[in-house]
Order: sequence, then C-alpha cells, then structure tokens
Amino acid sequence: MRITQGAFSFLPDLTDDQIRAQVQYCIDNKWAVSLEVTDDPHPRNTYWDMWGHPMFDNPDAAALMMELNACRKLYGDRYIRVVAFDASHGWESVKLSFIVNRPAEEPGYRLERQEAAGRMIRYTTRPYAADKPAGARYG
Amino acid sequence: MPAPALAETETPQAAAPAAIDLREEFETSGVKDVLAELDRDLIGLAPVKRRIRETAALLLVERARRRMGLAHETPTLHMSFTGNPGTGKTTVALRMADLLHRLGYIRKGHLVSVTRDDLVGQYIGHTAPKTKEILKKAMGGVLFIDEAYYLYRPENERDYGQEAIEILLQVMENQRDDLVVILAGYAQRMDRFFESNPGFRSRIAHHIDFPDYSDDELLRIAEQMLDQQNYLFDTKATPAMADYITRRRAQPHFANARSIRNALDRARLRQANRLFESAKGPLDAKALSTISAEDITASRVFALKPGKGASK
Repeated sequence: MRITQGAFSFLPDLTDDQIRAQVQYCIDNKWAVSLEVTDDPHPRNTYWDMWGHPMFDNPDAAALMMELNACRKLYGDRYIRVVAFDASHGWESVKLSFIVNRPAEEPGYRLERQEAAGRMIRYTTRPYAADKPAGARYG
Repeated sequence: MPAPALAETETPQAAAPAAIDLREEFETSGVKDVLAELDRDLIGLAPVKRRIRETAALLLVERARRRMGLAHETPTLHMSFTGNPGTGKTTVALRMADLLHRLGYIRKGHLVSVTRDDLVGQYIGHTAPKTKEILKKAMGGVLFIDEAYYLYRPENERDYGQEAIEILLQVMENQRDDLVVILAGYAQRMDRFFESNPGFRSRIAHHIDFPDYSDDELLRIAEQMLDQQNYLFDTKATPAMADYITRRRAQPHFANARSIRNALDRARLRQANRLFESAKGPLDAKALSTISAEDITASRVFALKPGKGASK
C-alpha cells in the first residue's frame, strides 16, 4: 500500500529534475531545505531522523540533490522526505514537505480492533513493516 | 516509474534555429556588457582581458552549437588565476562569475571565496563535512579558493588538506554542471602545487596569469579609487603619488593595487588630521575632498630613502 504523506504523494513519484525544481522553488522563497529519513511509516510518526543539517545558506538546489544522492546510497530502502522550513518571523514552521524516496515494497497497515468496556471497539493501525526491529524493516 | 511533468524544469525546446547570429548573441546575452565593464573598470591587465574575451567567445560558440543541436559537451570551466598579490584576481573572479551566469553556464552566479581554513578541518573527520558544506554553498556559482597551494602540505604526510583536495577533485569532475572552481595564488607556488597534484592540472582548462601593474597603471588605479570615494588629487599630489608608487615598489611586501589602496587610506587619514588642525573657518566640499601632496609625502616610504629610523 502506497503511503500518502506530505505534498505530491497522490502523484506518481517525482523525477530528480522535478525534485530539483521544487527544491529550487523552496530555496527561492528563502526556506531552509533539509532531508529526513525514517523506516517507520506510521502517519502519526512526525519525528523522522534528520539527514545532515538544514541548509540555510545554499542558493542552489544542487546542494540538496548531492545530499539526497548520498542519503539514497545509505538509506535507499527507507522513506526520505524533503522538508522546507520557513524561518521568517510568525511562521517558524515547515511550509512544504514531500517524500522523495520510498521502499520498493510498502506492505501497508494492519487494522487492529481492541474490545473495550461495554461493547466499545477501539481501532488502531500498525504498519506491517514495524513488526520487524528498526533498521531491518525493508529490504 | 515515469512521471508527467509536474514542475517545469525546461521550457519546451523550440525548433533548432537554422542560423545563429553570433554578434547578436553577443549583445543580447549580456556578455558584451560584462566585457565592456571589464574594460572600463579594470585598468591594465591586458592579457587577462584577452583571455577572458577568448573564453567568452568559446562559450558563446558552444552555446550556439548546443542550440543548433550539434554535438557538444559541457566545457570544463575550472580555472586557475596566478599572479602576485593585489593584481585583481578576486575582482576578476567576481566578473567571471557574472559572465558565466549570463552565458547560462552556472545557475546563480554568486562567488564563494574561501581559503584553506574554510575547507580543512582540525581533527580527523572534520574536513569532509567542512569541505562539503562549502561546496554546497558554492553550488550554482563559483568557488574561489585563494592561495590554493596551502591545501597541500608536502612536509606533513597526515595533513588533512589532502582529504579536502580529494573531495574537491571528485566534485570538480562529477558535478561540472553545478559549480566552477577557480584556484588562485602566486605563480611559482601554484606551479609547484600543480606538479604535486596532477589531478588538478588536468581538470583545469584555463590558466590565466595576472601580470604586475606598471607604475602608470597604478597611478590611474589610485585616481579611480579616489574618484569612487569622491576624493581627488590636487595638481601637486599627482606627481607625489607617482613618486610614492616608484618608491613603494622597491620596498618589500609590495602588493600592487592593494598597497595603493592602503596608501590612499592613510593619505585620507592624514588629510583629515591636516584639516582638523589647520582649518580655521568653515570648509567647503572641495577642501574636504582634496588630497594634497603633503598628505602623501608624509608617508614612511619617503622617509626611509635617505636614512633609516625615521618613523611615519
């Protein structure tokens, strides 16, 4: 099951040229771009691992593409996303984030039902990938 | 997985033109303006200007070939600027960045000027991230490495400079589209640097040598510098300055235009003091902006000639 988080996730995967163009758009807007990686695709997992520092003073998208290629070399079997952070006063938050790399196979989620007091049912989703320990989840 | 064009990276290719007017290209691309500015603003440096003109011509032709769909490959644009201090290497590098940007060979056209300290770390594992950080900053523009020979220290086998050199070489080769590297330094030491790092020599296409300025050129540079700051020499000051230049050249640590700039800074200081001490009434703009002979002849350079020991 293809996970859909962040912008563009309902579209086919972006090509490198498209990623570069999007990143350049972010940089031109003075947002700091950075990369984040995870192997836990749960939608409520907002804290992904950082790859390097946010790039506050690189005027060209080639810098991020270089890091992305390095990141793919090591974590090509995980989810990688580009995060664009707007540091301007009043915003100070992420303006755009989109997935730029995903595992070859995405097993999806199991829906678990928990029977609670009365006849109440609690639902929770659990990624199949998260059954394995961190670091051994994909590939 | 093939993806439809989501973000336009390129405008749709127009049909290849049948003929390209190089003259018109020259004018519309803005190259003409850069070269004209170069001619106007930079005094002397005739061989440098000629080389830049040649490079610009080559790049224009390459660009025209690409537009017509002829075989082309991105030319290697990495350069080395050699010359004595104060001969305008950094200034020309700035212009070069502008030129390459207007020709579309680099995307942003900014110049990142660094020295060994910015690239080489202080402990194991510090150099690679530091060098990469600088390279990332320079992407889309020009990386100007001043006194590049300091990167290589043959006397210390474990010097981290070697690591920076390796990363530099790799990026210079693999990401030629993304950045242009300009190495600068004194001619002799750069030669030795290239001898011991053949990788650099083969990756650098353009070696440009910056000659020293003649006395006459330095005088014109001095006048131009003053003019930019809204100052001027009076009639006696000009020969005094010419005299100063001849004497200053004979002394150690002569750094061409940089020495002139420093001399002018000190002359302005003396002029301010002179005005402060001698002025009785109100001063007009002319008095405030005139450098006279005594502001220059008070220099230590004049005192040194007859006997030592005289201070400024």
